[in-house]
Amino acid sequence: MNKKSKVVSYNKWGYIFLIPFVVIFLIFQMIPLVSTIYNSFFENYRSGLTQIGPNFIGLQNYATIITNGDLPTYFVNTMIMWIMGFIPQIVLSLLLGAWFTDPSLRLKCQTFFKTVIYLPNLIMASAFAMLFFTLFSDSGPINSMLIQMGVFKEAYKFMGNEWSVRTLIATMNCLMWFGNTTILLMAGMLGIDPSLFEAAQVDGATSTQIFYRITLPLLKPILIFVMITSLIGGLQMFDVPQILTNGTGDPMRSSMTLIMYLNKHLFSKNYGLAGALSVFLFVITGILSLIVFKFTNSEKVK
Amino acid sequence: MDMAATNTTSIAGQQEKGASVHARRFISYIVLILVSFLCLFWFYVLFINATRSNSELSLGFTPFPSTHLVENWVNLRSGTLPIFNGMINSLVIALLTAGLATYFSAMTAYAIHAYDFKGKKFMFTFILMIMMIPTQVTVLGFLQLIGKMGLDNNALALIVPAIASPAVFFYMKQYMDSTLPLSLVEAARIDGSGEFRTFNQIVVPLMKPAIAVQAIFSFVGSWNNYFTPALVLHDDTKKTLPILLAQLRSADWLKFDMGQVYMMIAFSIFPVIIVYLIFSKHIVGGVTLGGVKG
Repeated sequence: MNKKSKVVSYNKWGYIFLIPFVVIFLIFQMIPLVSTIYNSFFENYRSGLTQIGPNFIGLQNYATIITNGDLPTYFVNTMIMWIMGFIPQIVLSLLLGAWFTDPSLRLKCQTFFKTVIYLPNLIMASAFAMLFFTLFSDSGPINSMLIQMGVFKEAYKFMGNEWSVRTLIATMNCLMWFGNTTILLMAGMLGIDPSLFEAAQVDGATSTQIFYRITLPLLKPILIFVMITSLIGGLQMFDVPQILTNGTGDPMRSSMTLIMYLNKHLFSKNYGLAGALSVFLFVITGILSLIVFKFTNSEKVK
Repeated sequence: MDMAATNTTSIAGQQEKGASVHARRFISYIVLILVSFLCLFWFYVLFINATRSNSELSLGFTPFPSTHLVENWVNLRSGTLPIFNGMINSLVIALLTAGLATYFSAMTAYAIHAYDFKGKKFMFTFILMIMMIPTQVTVLGFLQLIGKMGLDNNALALIVPAIASPAVFFYMKQYMDSTLPLSLVEAARIDGSGEFRTFNQIVVPLMKPAIAVQAIFSFVGSWNNYFTPALVLHDDTKKTLPILLAQLRSADWLKFDMGQVYMMIAFSIFPVIIVYLIFSKHIVGGVTLGGVKG
């Protein structure tokens, strides 16, 4: 065997090692994706015990889903709860990241704090939601504590008010994700050339000035990355509101998210509308992902 | 400006900075302690309440643990929800998912890292592009597919797809770029090792740190997953912990022994907390590595 044929025979192994991924991807992700899109063009649902369809109806599912008012409402709900969780999350993460990476502060117990703030990210969202539900129920410990402290005279119905339910969901999302964001931002901050900070210090800049004038602008790519990945995650918000509100999104479906809506269609075997909704979500996340992709790629060139 | 003036200003600047550092350090400690409190408070209440009996719980909250921990545990074991069964289901699914995802992602990453073949660049870009597409948007087709394949209500439908995990692949690829020299692979070739054997006996052991980090993440991800399992698994004996917790929520939970409810929540999250406390250094480090080196 000469050398050239050997090189060729090695590289063929590249294809062989790719087989498992490609096969499983094609079967379990590509076929489902295509058939989800295919489903979106058919009238196909169950009404009681009778099966309607599948009948080809073109884009009518899309028209229904956009015009019947549910989708915009649930989209707005999802965005409200995402923003309510994301703003405190990013502020807190920037603050903690700046403190952890500031060499002049020399914070002690950093490992402890990093361990603690990342912990909620690993907790089962359904267990966390169930825990919040029991803690904040009418006769739960939070109410009993607040009454003992004299804040309230009688139990506050956390589950009965639109904004308290949304606040609880946003709080849980914030708690679950700020640790992750902090660590990402910290890695970004550590990547900034330290001589820039030194130069600014020599020039007499205060730490606030350094943060706003140097850290933030140089962190912009990572901030945008964090924001868009968080937005993609926010669009997928499901476990926490689903379990906290028992799938109803109550009061008055004010905490119903897009994926909860999809889940509802899937459970009632309403495949036509579920398909159209999936395609809608696919297009939005697709666009957002492309933006992220561009950012991660441009960073690699650096 | 003469020498003396320069000196005083620099000293004054130093002192002023020293004072402000103290103040800032003080503020940051306070905020950090508050934040840590916010993170841990819920788990503290959970732990306390898991040790108290139903009648004690109805009296209101106390910050001290009671003596009913074992009793709640025994009640939970003899309760109506098949929670221990659920724990075993969750464990089996999560372990197999973690194993398949890490091994085959390492294999996929190795294919792209170590070989030059047509379409290599395309494959890499393609996997990166599909990385962020959420499972939710394909779940409709997925459910129909596994229905046709006879995998409905079967844990295999949750385990096998883990072989194609783009995010795990991406991490492995990053790690290989920084730690796996191709000269090592060539040396193995000269020594007559087959490609597959080289991968299993040289590459996989070298990838151990990355595999450990990603195995933990895949394990936790699968352990915590609720959306897909809830749509795939229907029999009580096959359900995983998150589904059982959701069932608890939709049951008339006021009739439940609340001590038992807290015990059940604790039971489903403490295993992950313990694993986390053991591996926390690697996990926190792993997030940083995977997240930004892109």
